Amino acid sequence: MSATTVDTPQEKRGSGSKSKYVPQDGCLLEVDDLYVEFHTEEGVAKAINGVSFDLSQGETLAILGESGSGKSVTAQAIMGILDMPPAKIPSGQVRYCGRDLLTMDPNERRHTRGPEISMIFQDALSALNPVFPVGWQIAEMFRQHRGMNKSDALERAVGLMERVSIPAARERVKAYPHQFSGGMRQRIMIAMAIALDPAVLIADEPTTALDVTVQAQIMQLLADLQQERQMGLILITHDLGVVADVADRACVMYAGRLVEKSEILDLYAAPAHPYTRGLIDSIPRVDQKGQTLAAIGGLPPNLTRIPPGCPFHPRCYLARDICSGERPELRELVPGRFAACHFSEEVLGA
Amino acid sequence: MGKYIVRRLLQMIPVIIGTTFIIYAMVFALPGDPTAGKCGERQCPESFVAEYREKYNLDDPLPIQYAKYMGQVVQGDFGTNQYGVEVREDLAKRFAVTGRLALMAIAVEIVIGISAGILAGIRKGRFVDNLVLVSTLVVISIPIFVIGAVLQYFLGVRLGLFPVTVSSEATTYELLLPAIVLGSLSVAYVARLTRTNLVENLRADYVRTAISKGLSKRRAVGLHALRNSMIPVITFIGFDFGALLGGAIVTEGIFNIQGVGGYIYRGIQVRDGVAVVGAVTALVIIYLFVNLIVDLLYGVLDPRISHD
Ligand SMILES: Nc1ncnc2c1ncn2[C@@H]1O[C@H](COP(=O)(O)OP(=O)(O)OP(=O)(O)O)[C@@H](O)[C@H]1O
Ligand code: SF4
Ligand SMILES: [Mg+2]
Repeated sequence: MSATTVDTPQEKRGSGSKSKYVPQDGCLLEVDDLYVEFHTEEGVAKAINGVSFDLSQGETLAILGESGSGKSVTAQAIMGILDMPPAKIPSGQVRYCGRDLLTMDPNERRHTRGPEISMIFQDALSALNPVFPVGWQIAEMFRQHRGMNKSDALERAVGLMERVSIPAARERVKAYPHQFSGGMRQRIMIAMAIALDPAVLIADEPTTALDVTVQAQIMQLLADLQQERQMGLILITHDLGVVADVADRACVMYAGRLVEKSEILDLYAAPAHPYTRGLIDSIPRVDQKGQTLAAIGGLPPNLTRIPPGCPFHPRCYLARDICSGERPELRELVPGRFAACHFSEEVLGA
Repeated sequence: MGKYIVRRLLQMIPVIIGTTFIIYAMVFALPGDPTAGKCGERQCPESFVAEYREKYNLDDPLPIQYAKYMGQVVQGDFGTNQYGVEVREDLAKRFAVTGRLALMAIAVEIVIGISAGILAGIRKGRFVDNLVLVSTLVVISIPIFVIGAVLQYFLGVRLGLFPVTVSSEATTYELLLPAIVLGSLSVAYVARLTRTNLVENLRADYVRTAISKGLSKRRAVGLHALRNSMIPVITFIGFDFGALLGGAIVTEGIFNIQGVGGYIYRGIQVRDGVAVVGAVTALVIIYLFVNLIVDLLYGVLDPRISHD
């Protein structure tokens, strides 16, 4: 996938649909100092604590991090599908083509879901409605957003199912989600998400629930579609092995913060944060079969009581006195490389 | 599907034989003289008793009696009751009334029960929700004859909004209040079932998907979540129709409705075995068919259920 952003003013997206949203300098999405908290009985869980990143046309951005680090909450905040309450967004912006989605009129924002920004989920079986045929569910996008009639919309659904390589798409358009295999269901989910040619596609652990061989096929499909439609793709995963070949850049999250942000190849070659390093060291590698994985010791913090200083310090092999007292800000080490660690230079040099 | 129906129909045969035999045995093998009290104050004349025993095969062993009886029923002949009226004619009239009453009660369940459940579900934890939860609990804990008597007194006698009793014509208007009483318990169940299922489905992943597809809240809830929530509700209502047909006896008593329940009750009192067995046999058969239809409907409502 192209590592650089598109610099020629290109026609907007595949099928020439006209949108009132125009990317500025190729920049589609900017998440700016976003905070999300959950008000629960146990207290206020600070799930996202000042996350900023951007996404350009044709770019694939990976969001990495352990379970509970806030990847899905970030995605849901962008999509506007958080349950509020218990969720609350005390501050921050999510700008799409320069417009802040968080302060946008709810009805206007609703119409961005699908035609502008779309999302696919981890478990396609539960994410698809069990009582409607898959073709109907895809066609619903055209019916509701484009006012298309039933047969035209179904025809488009067949086309999309063919595009995502569902065998015998025309015969299976009336089948129900449970009649497909896991991989096929995820393809249907993808077909539905790209139906209206969105500029941004968010994939939240799209392959986690699948067999390894199927995982690779789904990743390939996403990569192909991204290339073909020049979408901005946000790929969320806790499996670093999956994204190395497809993503351009990566954000690494810990306890609701970005701890590292850089080109993905740089990040794999030499991580600048001890946490990233731990994640990379725990990737199972084919060439080191049988060797035990160096997992990061300890558990992620309770989000109602995030440790002071560097949130990672209780688990960090490098931690020193300053780490529990002073929180390291995300800073630019070299152009395009950001990390939030007092000793990033040391980690890089190691 | 066709195979499934045939299998279900075949399964019905032993069930029908078993239940009707038990009923037959209970009614005709009761100790005591079956002709007692059939001739007023006096002892029945010898000739009458002999004719009676002959007509109902009372001198045969029980299984033979039963087999002969069922042989007639299969041909659509339910026999004649002690007044010489064909039980089939009686049943047709009675079932027409009870059937309408049950259908109206079902309509009440659907209209009131489902709407209350939806309101409570989408406003979970709020005032409407609590109102529905408390009022349904009240209805569930009060015996139906109390509800019936109270509504009859206040709405019928005091306010005069509804007829107090039902005439032999049993018009829709006359049956309205009895239908509300008959359906009241189920209305409460339907409301709670709808609420619980809606609340559960509102949390489902596919509703989140519907929102992320850019659908309106109304469509995500009113179509996607509700369509799934209705599966157990409609199934319950279907089964309830079968239950209400036979279970309307209290309500029928309160409002003096000439229905199946009263027919069986009176039949038992005067020991009119033919009438009782005929009515109960018909109820069993209808109930089994209603169940089959509901099971088939369930397969239509939930595509994950396969009847192959
Ligand atoms: N509805 C909610 N109510 C309360 N807390 C929530 C809710 N949704 C998420 N959280 C909390 O927010 C934190 C971040 O969750 P999130 O789902 O974003 O993690 P994640 O990085 O996607 O992890 P995973 O890899 O398990 O998907 C978690 O600690 C979770 O407990
Ligand atoms: S700041 Fe300190 S505790 Fe935090 S990651 Fe860096 S070295 Fe570890
Ligand atoms: Mg997640």
